[in-house]
Amino acid sequence: MVDINTGTIAERDGFIVTKGKNKKQLQCDTDSSAGCVSQRACVYCGARVVLNPITDAIHLVHGPIGCASYTWDIRGSLSSGAEIYRSSFSTDLKERDVIFGGAQKLSDAIDGLMEKYQAKLIFVYSTCIVGVIGDDLQAICTAASQRHNIEVIPVESSGFIGNKSAGYRAAADALLRLIKPAENVVLEKTHSINYLGDFNLAGEVWIIHNYLREMGIEINVTFTGDSHYEALKLAPKAKLNIIQCAGSMIYLAGKMEELYNIPYIQISFLGIQDTAESLRKIAAAMGDEAMIQKTEELITRETNRVEAIIKGYRAKLKGKKAAIFVGGGFKAISLVKQFREIGIDVVMIGTQTGRQEEYDTISTLVDNGTVILDDANPAELEKFMMEKGANLLVGGVKERPLAYKLGVAFIDHNHDRKHPLSGFEGAVNFAEEVYSTVCSPVWNSLTKTNLGSEVRGNG
Amino acid sequence: MAKKSADNVNFRDVNENPCNMCMPMGGILALKGIEKSMVIVHGSQGCSTYMRRHIAEHFNEPVDVGSSSLNEKGTIYGGEKNLRLALDNIIKVYNPKMVGIVTTCLAETIGEDIERITGQYLIDREMEDFSIVTASTPGYGGSHFEGYFFTLKRVIMQLTGPTKKNNKINIIIPNISPADIRELKRILEQMNIEYVLCPDFSDTLDRPFSKPYTKMSAGGTKLADIKEMGGALATIQMGVTIDDAISPGKYLEEQFGVPLYNIPIPIGVEHTDLFINTLEKITGNVIPDSLHGERGRLLDGMIDSHKYNFAGRIVIFGEPEMVYGVAKTCLENGVFPAVIATGSQVGKLNELLVVALAETPESSNILIETDFAHILAACQEAKVNIAIGPSDGRYLTEKGEIPLVRLGFPIHDRVGGQRLLSVGYTGTMMLLDRITNTLLENKYKSYRSSMYEKYYQKPLVTENS
Repeated sequence: MVDINTGTIAERDGFIVTKGKNKKQLQCDTDSSAGCVSQRACVYCGARVVLNPITDAIHLVHGPIGCASYTWDIRGSLSSGAEIYRSSFSTDLKERDVIFGGAQKLSDAIDGLMEKYQAKLIFVYSTCIVGVIGDDLQAICTAASQRHNIEVIPVESSGFIGNKSAGYRAAADALLRLIKPAENVVLEKTHSINYLGDFNLAGEVWIIHNYLREMGIEINVTFTGDSHYEALKLAPKAKLNIIQCAGSMIYLAGKMEELYNIPYIQISFLGIQDTAESLRKIAAAMGDEAMIQKTEELITRETNRVEAIIKGYRAKLKGKKAAIFVGGGFKAISLVKQFREIGIDVVMIGTQTGRQEEYDTISTLVDNGTVILDDANPAELEKFMMEKGANLLVGGVKERPLAYKLGVAFIDHNHDRKHPLSGFEGAVNFAEEVYSTVCSPVWNSLTKTNLGSEVRGNG
Repeated sequence: MAKKSADNVNFRDVNENPCNMCMPMGGILALKGIEKSMVIVHGSQGCSTYMRRHIAEHFNEPVDVGSSSLNEKGTIYGGEKNLRLALDNIIKVYNPKMVGIVTTCLAETIGEDIERITGQYLIDREMEDFSIVTASTPGYGGSHFEGYFFTLKRVIMQLTGPTKKNNKINIIIPNISPADIRELKRILEQMNIEYVLCPDFSDTLDRPFSKPYTKMSAGGTKLADIKEMGGALATIQMGVTIDDAISPGKYLEEQFGVPLYNIPIPIGVEHTDLFINTLEKITGNVIPDSLHGERGRLLDGMIDSHKYNFAGRIVIFGEPEMVYGVAKTCLENGVFPAVIATGSQVGKLNELLVVALAETPESSNILIETDFAHILAACQEAKVNIAIGPSDGRYLTEKGEIPLVRLGFPIHDRVGGQRLLSVGYTGTMMLLDRITNTLLENKYKSYRSSMYEKYYQKPLVTENS
């Protein structure tokens, strides 16, 4: 089962390829193998990531305490209004609830919350055992909706029904239910766009809003960074959907095209090159000559401004090697280009939930010899970082200590970061962060002196 | 005085911002302190990942934990196949000396018999000498605190056996920091005590940087030592708040007749004295001058700080054992524990606090099985001006402007949770300094303006000027 010499597991073979060496198609988008120490979380995690940034919603977890405890205010989504999304609510199921059912408790929990908060929207997340003990979430939520005359939307996120991607799907279904106009309500189209797949980490949505505003484009609503109930209800009014995080949003975008006749384009605001191209794509889809002209002015101005700063970093970082392990494919693709902008080559690249077409793009982008892997585990990350001589790793909270223990620099590209990485200013932050870790003096202390080495005489 | 417990248990249908984690989390922490052990969480993939993330962020250490990655099929037809595959893969990649398996809500609800599955696995793989420890830790069965002690009891139940008498003392510890564990070991060594400390995650969750990196870290309580815990001179267990049903020390006493000294965590003068005096009583070893010196220095520091501490009205929250130790230390120093809270549901914390608080002029509000929404409300009512506990308490700072002294697990928004030293005389002094200095910082921040606002009146101006 295991090749002791490489430390990798046979079941994992199909999920790892080296560009130029293997002709085989990379496997992806399947459940993790038992005992492989996958870095992925679960369906509930995927759903919560997508829905949690809705600022005026109550996020109620129906299950034992753990699921709510591990997800309380751990993400850096910012709000310009309500703050209720930063609380974690749980029905805190106990043994007797598991035996006798948790339906009544859930119903009472919603009543109690409504008394205290008078929310317009409650998401009720299903956890593993709810899927097993068979509480009828749909019925309880429908009854509560009618009782309080608000939207109580069940999220089918029992952990075992799939992986994180299934959670994205569950969230999308919940969102589709939310944005569906009431019968005999007709929403007129406006000359505006929806922005999908940005969760407003450290204000990233606001940065993009500012660009679009300058171009003369109105954003209808963002899914879901800094969004709220009233704005989401009007989502069908938009003329175009633009998608940043495709992994979590492509299904929703497809459905919105089908149901509300909103076409979508994929964009990415990570890195100078992708940001500029994305703005051009949006202008071409939405505007006239004047808008295209305005967009070019913005791009030229901003590129000149940040290019001057980034040049300095590039000189110091040129020739370094990066390893990437992030959640979704779109992010990985942009990062390859973004690293090139600062003179760094990518030697290892992987994602938790990348899709086939994203891996195809990655494969065309990277150099021969680059290791591409899906759903990697710590042993594989360690092995390939060492083999390929990576100087830094991009990843999330769990990967950070591994990089540091290996003496490798690290970039936080996760949901709890406190600085924006989107747009032109994000590109500067990114270069600065890479510099701050790759060129830190701490690495010198690992090699410069040693205990027990001979002390030379002074003088 | 303390309000009665029955009034203070928060019966509610909704938990708003949890003050506890779930049982398998505690199980993982306990198992991380055993020599070359790997852990498998029997459940869906997310449980292990969330807990790894939580632990890794606190300790800043790689935390590799396997999962049986139960999917829909495993949930319907049973997870045996998944668990066996997980064991195969973990054993081959990590080559551990022991595997600990903790369960989850899902595994328990579908009725997985992990003892049978693992027993059969060892027979089939012809690995009967290999140690697998199993613990049923459903998330709905208790908090991480109970999960920790229950799993530890399972470790001892499954790894100890009939053995010859030896001269060692078993030291069974709750979830304290790696720095605390190292301090306990230093005291034990100063007292010339032979001991087995369990679980010992002082190295496994606080590894020195060294090359090359190894997947399994050095350190942890040795399996050979655990085997002989039944032959020990005595057990000192820092677990006065736990029920007998999850008490590892109680098991050793009942099974092997090892005398149990169940004492609080040695925080504060009284509890540290108790620890050291117990060591002396069991072994007859002399208490060295150096410890007398440390004790004297603590007393000196307590006197230096006592008037500042008198201004403290504190909320203490977290795991029951730590909460009790800190509450007593606050009482020793004139910091009034106005609110004492834990998210855990069982144990003897309440009755211990009732005794400890008998002499206080004002009554404290004790919240058992509570959440942060209730803690905040109690703090505002009791005019609390300082908080101590894990970093989730930042909610109290944000919503209630109560400064937080970070202590316990987890600490996610600051570095160094693993290095916080709070036990023994020296650790107590450091803990007390953190409390006192937080009070001082807050006082200096506002005393000029608050005195001005309170007392200053514009001089009367004569009408003509």
